[in-house]
Amino acid sequence: MLIRRAPRFTASEITDPTLYLSRRELISGAAAALVLAPGLGEAATPAPPALQALSATRHAAFSLTEPLTKVEAATTYNNFYEFGVNKDDPSRLGHTLKPRPWTVHVDGFVSKPKTFDVDELMRLFPLEERVYSLRCVEAWSMVIPWIGFPLAPLLKRVEPTGQAKYVEFTTLLDPNQFPAQKPGFFGFSSLDWPYVEGLRLDEAMHPLTLLTVGMYGKVLPNQNGAPVRVVIPWKYGFKSAKSIVRIRLVSEQPKTAWEKAAPQEYGFYSNVNPAVSHPRWSQADERRIGEFRRRPTLPFNGYADQVAALYTGMDLKKNY
Amino acid sequence: MTRPARIALKVVVWSICLAPLARLAYRAWTDDLGANPISFITNTLGDWTLRILLASLAMTPLRIAFGLSWPITVRRLLGLFAFAYVCLHFSVWIVLDFFFDWPRMWADIVKRPYITMGMLALLSLIPLAATSTTSMIRRLGARNWTRLHRLAYVAAVCAVVHYLWLAKVGVKDPYWYAAALVVLLGVRGWEWARRVIRRRRDRAQAAPPRVRSQAENPLS
Repeated sequence: MLIRRAPRFTASEITDPTLYLSRRELISGAAAALVLAPGLGEAATPAPPALQALSATRHAAFSLTEPLTKVEAATTYNNFYEFGVNKDDPSRLGHTLKPRPWTVHVDGFVSKPKTFDVDELMRLFPLEERVYSLRCVEAWSMVIPWIGFPLAPLLKRVEPTGQAKYVEFTTLLDPNQFPAQKPGFFGFSSLDWPYVEGLRLDEAMHPLTLLTVGMYGKVLPNQNGAPVRVVIPWKYGFKSAKSIVRIRLVSEQPKTAWEKAAPQEYGFYSNVNPAVSHPRWSQADERRIGEFRRRPTLPFNGYADQVAALYTGMDLKKNY
Repeated sequence: MTRPARIALKVVVWSICLAPLARLAYRAWTDDLGANPISFITNTLGDWTLRILLASLAMTPLRIAFGLSWPITVRRLLGLFAFAYVCLHFSVWIVLDFFFDWPRMWADIVKRPYITMGMLALLSLIPLAATSTTSMIRRLGARNWTRLHRLAYVAAVCAVVHYLWLAKVGVKDPYWYAAALVVLLGVRGWEWARRVIRRRRDRAQAAPPRVRSQAENPLS
């Protein structure tokens, strides 16, 4: 009698050859570091993994012509609470995140729910580079060349039904990969995990809304939200959810992580708006990382021509 | 305390208090202040203001709790270092952060409660620094001087609240500072209460004993 045995590993567990090769690079890099290290102590610090290069054509109409923020700044000065609340936590601790294999579930009020492998997404949709300004709610900003594709065609592909009014993004929940998701002292946790963000459907379908897999010509570093994040340039940075595992189309406005943590400070819309202060500080100006003087903040972060029409008739002071 | 011991103690305090500045200068020199140097410098100076201010307020509790006398000899030095750090913290805000944009800074002081608190902390430290010399103590008289210098408590409370109100969700440091301040003020409160009770008891004992009337005696 033939006894069928389940395979000892599934196809998804087979290491992708490019990943395998990058591991080889990592090992040889680490070996080189060992040889070069003057003391043994330095060998303990993991060498930053070599990021795979990504080719994409620049979308000139949707790209700023301002000088780019230095890549070192954009990859060491991050807010990514899953790694910790300090700006250097994500780059110091980011190595615990495993961006492959990775799948994104797209479901909710759609006719064709589907789970996409992140590599499949990168094959399905042509990648483009867009230079966007990123305005943090903490009144600093950067200019970053992202690589990705508009979210709209992905959403259309799963066919949202009439009930779909909002899009909810969920970040990976895994305390082994995100150390700050472990409850701390006295069960203290900075946010209610997993991180949830959301957009109105028309905001999500806007051509500026970019599902992003890379930056500065390479795949996303872990600290910037690998392997896939969203970038919504006219909203404060925290709206742009990182390390996304689920995109759900829903009928009710999602309750976002920051709204839960401090509703009077972080609203659902969170459009960049110099006229509406954060309750504790002014949003009238910002420090562009790398510049000395503050510069005035622009309505919708400078994207008013493209997006202001989404909010006609809305009181943006109330819907902050 | 012998003179060499006192000198050694002061050298230690000077070194500890100057080390953060030296480190900051070294990091500036080697271009190692991170992506947002102005914010890094401001935060570092603010952190050390608070640490040294709390250290200066820890000296009296050390005497109360452990009967040590040496902490009192460095209390003034610590207080003056806290003042030096807050001046640098404030100067960086004026020069590097807002580059003399006075209307903008004034608007923040009036509108942003955490900045108001920071300003109050700074303002309450000025008279303390100004009256820190031995001749000023003599001119004011010990009693008045001690009263005036209770402003240090106001400064510390305002400084901690300043940090609590500016920190974003999830940042735990300000709570540690607040806890430390509660302990430091708590020890003083405890000591004060003990003294009041003792004084009352002494007064009661010193008073001539009253003859109990029959009605007052519960045993009768």
